[in-house]
Amino acid sequence: MAVLTEAPAPVRAAPAPPRRHTHRVNRPSSWYLLPAVVFFGVFAALPLVLVLYLSLTDWTGVGTPAFIGIDNWTRLFGNDAIWDVTWTTLLLTVLCWVTQTPLSILLGVWAAGPQRNRAVLSALFFLPLLLSTAAIAMLFLRFFDPYLGVGRTLEPFRNILGTTSGAITAIVIMVGWQFVPFHTLLYQAAARNIPKVLYDAATVDGAGRWHMFWYVTLPQLKNTIITSSTIMIVGSLTYFETIFLLTNGGPGTSTRTLPLEMYFRSFRQYEFGYASTIASVLVIVATSISLIIVKFSGFAKMRSTLEGL
Amino acid sequence: MKVASRPGASRPNYVAGGFAAIWLVIVGLPIYTLVSWSLQTRDSFFSRGPLALPGSLTLDNFFEVLDSGFVRYLLNTVIVTVACVALTLVVAVPAAYSIVRSMSWASGTMFRVFLAGLAIPAQATIIPLYLIINKLQLYDSLTAIILPTVAFGLPLVILVLVGSLRDVSTELYDAMTVDGAGPFRILWQLVLPMSRGAIAAVGTYTALGAWNQFLFPLILTQDPSMRVLTLSLTSYKQEFQINVPGMMMAVLLTALPVFVLYLVARRWLIAGLAGVGSK
Repeated sequence: MAVLTEAPAPVRAAPAPPRRHTHRVNRPSSWYLLPAVVFFGVFAALPLVLVLYLSLTDWTGVGTPAFIGIDNWTRLFGNDAIWDVTWTTLLLTVLCWVTQTPLSILLGVWAAGPQRNRAVLSALFFLPLLLSTAAIAMLFLRFFDPYLGVGRTLEPFRNILGTTSGAITAIVIMVGWQFVPFHTLLYQAAARNIPKVLYDAATVDGAGRWHMFWYVTLPQLKNTIITSSTIMIVGSLTYFETIFLLTNGGPGTSTRTLPLEMYFRSFRQYEFGYASTIASVLVIVATSISLIIVKFSGFAKMRSTLEGL
Repeated sequence: MKVASRPGASRPNYVAGGFAAIWLVIVGLPIYTLVSWSLQTRDSFFSRGPLALPGSLTLDNFFEVLDSGFVRYLLNTVIVTVACVALTLVVAVPAAYSIVRSMSWASGTMFRVFLAGLAIPAQATIIPLYLIINKLQLYDSLTAIILPTVAFGLPLVILVLVGSLRDVSTELYDAMTVDGAGPFRILWQLVLPMSRGAIAAVGTYTALGAWNQFLFPLILTQDPSMRVLTLSLTSYKQEFQINVPGMMMAVLLTALPVFVLYLVARRWLIAGLAGVGSK
């Protein structure tokens, strides 16, 4: 991608010079793109290339990274701990998807309905969208506090952060609390766009509500399910703040995921080269999944991320 | 459910409604505790238990948080947010205009690059970003937070702006050209007014992201004088160890400006979007 940042340089488009009274259309030159390209190139595209290079170096965070070849990579694949971390990451990804998807579909289809009180309720549903992950994590940290939180009254939540399964449950609850509203919005928008004729036809055929949901609504939501799932999966693979602030990878290292491992290795243990290897794995996995979404769903769908804000 | 709108099927959908009700409780409970705890004294919170209604309301926690450096962090966050929105728009609007109107090879290619940029996970780039920011000698400054935030926001912002500019009819551009307007005047007098709604939408979106971000401030700043609100929550966590009401008040206060922005910008957003749609 480094090449691309230089792409506009040789181009001098804009056939019509500005401010001439002709009937040809005045077109902006490609130079209008330059500031955006510079920003994106230096702070987004360049790091992407650089992380791959850094994975081949030894670097403590100060001075110049020293090139050491593929040592970090052999170390990564020879390290048992990394497989535990990868397993935790995948487990969380699957659990988050399994809990959020059915809920978001149900809520989205429900919220797409016509009754008026739904509008009021939906406004409440979407409150978590406005909070920062840091704020939500701090809220849940105190909410789940063994001595001070709701565990004092609600027995199941007592010491939820103290056990591995409890901590994983807490993360899944918090992630769902934070992101189900967003995915509900996606499904709500999609459900509103299902042509009414389809339901009319199903009624003529004598279909009940369950049949309609299963044979009309769900198939019509196929594209949205793909989009939403991809956002969820890539999101779950790269969650950092949530886990960093809620469990800090604990108890022990039982909720440490790949992004956390990367952070601890670099900014805590100063092994920036090795940490870059983990980052590279993340880039490769997350980017390939995201590129699939762009292929599958078309770019226009991305617009819906802004709805409801 | 959609089907409820057709005649004869207007009976309520109890299953979905039930789920919605359960979800309302799940969403509501933490919000309730957030507000209720932050408005109680510590004694009242300890003695009355976590779920009881507060016996009496107090603003003590508010002043305690305010006295713990909150204003400084708020100011930093406002600076970062305003700068991110301004920079994003200044950079993205001309870029989107060029992508839609220039018809050059470079613009088409860059649009595809920006689209691919949607796929970059910011978390995975923090190590090289740390290196780049250090090399630029920007470490531990608000600028260090602003620059990458703008860069990572650009793909989506440009995508939305391009979508909105494509709806502006060619005749309007032609009319401006006949009047002798150059590209810059067209940008100023046609593109900007016509994409007001989209600009408001991406502006709000960028502001929300900039306000709520945590990772870039965490790795690119260190000094308390550069601390933003999200990051301040981690220091309040140390400071307010067992002072749960104080901690909750801090959380509430970091989110309060966002609620206000949402209430103000939401109306503006809808008006703007309707404006573009009706033309």
